[in-house]
Amino acid sequence: MQTKRTIFPNKLLPYALLAPQLIITIIFFLWPAAQAVKSSFEREDPFGFRTTFIWFQNYTRLFNDPGYLNAAGRTAVFAVGVTLLSMGVSLLLAICVNRLLRSGRLYTTLLVWPYAVAPVVAGILWWFMFNPTIGIVPYLLDAFGYRWNHRVNGNDAMILVIIAASWKQISYNFLFFVAGLQSVPKSLVEAAAMDGAGPFKRFWTIVFPLLSPTTFFLLIVNINYAMFDTFGIIDGTTGGGPAGATNTLVYKVYADGFLGLNIGSSSAQSVLLMLIVIVLTVVQFRWVERRVQY
Amino acid sequence: MVENRPVLNILTHVVLIVGVAIVAFPVYLAFIASTHDANAFARGLAPMLPGPHMIDNYAQMLTSGLSSAGAPPVWLMLINSTIMALTIAIGKIAISIISAYAIVYFRFPFRLLAFWMIFITLMLPVEVRIMPTFKVVADLGMLNSYAGLTIPLIASATATFLFRQFFLTIPDELMEAARVDGAGPLKFFRDILLPLSRTNIAALFVILFIYGWVQYLWPLLVTTDSRYYTIVMGIKRLAASADADPYWNLVMAAVMLAMLPPVLVIILMQRLFVKGLVETEK
Repeated sequence: MQTKRTIFPNKLLPYALLAPQLIITIIFFLWPAAQAVKSSFEREDPFGFRTTFIWFQNYTRLFNDPGYLNAAGRTAVFAVGVTLLSMGVSLLLAICVNRLLRSGRLYTTLLVWPYAVAPVVAGILWWFMFNPTIGIVPYLLDAFGYRWNHRVNGNDAMILVIIAASWKQISYNFLFFVAGLQSVPKSLVEAAAMDGAGPFKRFWTIVFPLLSPTTFFLLIVNINYAMFDTFGIIDGTTGGGPAGATNTLVYKVYADGFLGLNIGSSSAQSVLLMLIVIVLTVVQFRWVERRVQY
Repeated sequence: MVENRPVLNILTHVVLIVGVAIVAFPVYLAFIASTHDANAFARGLAPMLPGPHMIDNYAQMLTSGLSSAGAPPVWLMLINSTIMALTIAIGKIAISIISAYAIVYFRFPFRLLAFWMIFITLMLPVEVRIMPTFKVVADLGMLNSYAGLTIPLIASATATFLFRQFFLTIPDELMEAARVDGAGPLKFFRDILLPLSRTNIAALFVILFIYGWVQYLWPLLVTTDSRYYTIVMGIKRLAASADADPYWNLVMAAVMLAMLPPVLVIILMQRLFVKGLVETEK
């Protein structure tokens, strides 16, 4: 690993400098993670007197539990929905801003602020708009003969959380797409225009392929976001309901561990989620390495 | 632009205006809701135009809160959120910059191990290790305290990486010159590295302040005493009661107050925010 050509000779100082970070990492990251792995192999009796080592039973039970498989499926639908909706809208807006010379900055300012809105607040804003009794959206849908009710209808609830989660992520994707579009060489686009390619053809044959590193990066980030950072949106709006229709994996860890007090199962779920995060992080970093070599 | 196409230019503006309107519409409705009295929500559709009760609503939420929902006054929650966001942002920057300094400017046994231990924190978001982390904090007696709210979130792999990358770009000659002039490691850090890192620190501060402000699950777990509620988690308690009693005007006033500080930070420091966002995630 890289260091400087010349270094300071101190023997103890570097340890002192690293100490705060490492102590916090050990106490609040590594130790709890190890505990999660340990208790995922154990069963605690209801009164907490005895724990028995049960190998992989917590895991096998999870994979046979329809509730868990349902949560995994719901998470997949949710993550795909959020990623497609949010990235699609952001790309469209970024292309538009990239076409403008001066007014682009103003539009950027008007589009970036949802990044600062807490997920739970984003959830409540949309929950209010979709409120079946007083919200504007159900009122408008009623005119088309659709009775919106996310308290009863699982699909309605899923659409609600997907929209709320996508809304919050638009600013992030937008900024990265704008940065990506600005790094597409102007000469290539101009050459294509000279050869008679129209704006749409130029986008699909030149700009979009050159944008693919950004798109791939955002794909990973958005999946990560939808899986792990949307706890507040779910808890603020549907609470995983109705009947588990919006019960994502992260929400289920919380619900089983803190509300259901099923430590073993909750820990096993935590461990599985950690594995997913590790895979996503490795994919993301491998991609970064590759891009650096360009 | 390559060529002039008036129709496409108009279309561009139309798409952007519609986009901005859709993005802003939920907040507009929340603001409108916060300017009415509770009766406005008893008649079916929520109001679309401003009402006359804005000052009453905000004053009531700021000073006395909504006691029926078990939430303290909003000013107290805003102060708690500010303490939490500032402590997390400053703490993360402080411990990350010194650990990056140790990794780049020193050579010592277990350097690689330390680097990987920091890297691992990147892979373990609070959401996936809530039970055991909660237990550690409870065993340390840190529930219902500012320390419990902030310290477990203070380790940061991204900030350490950012500073490491930045330190690697600083010319070696600077450090050699400083050593020739007799500066020790601490003096070099204070007088040369810190001033050079100023822009990076500021950009990172904007991102981390927002990270700290929007935390929800963690405060929800470690605070049961309403004196330590943060605004973002307090809002959930308010909203849960709004479904039963129509206090939407008060809930939305609290929502507006919860959004205002971080949104202002982003709008006022947009350049630093974009720099921080694009660089920390690279």
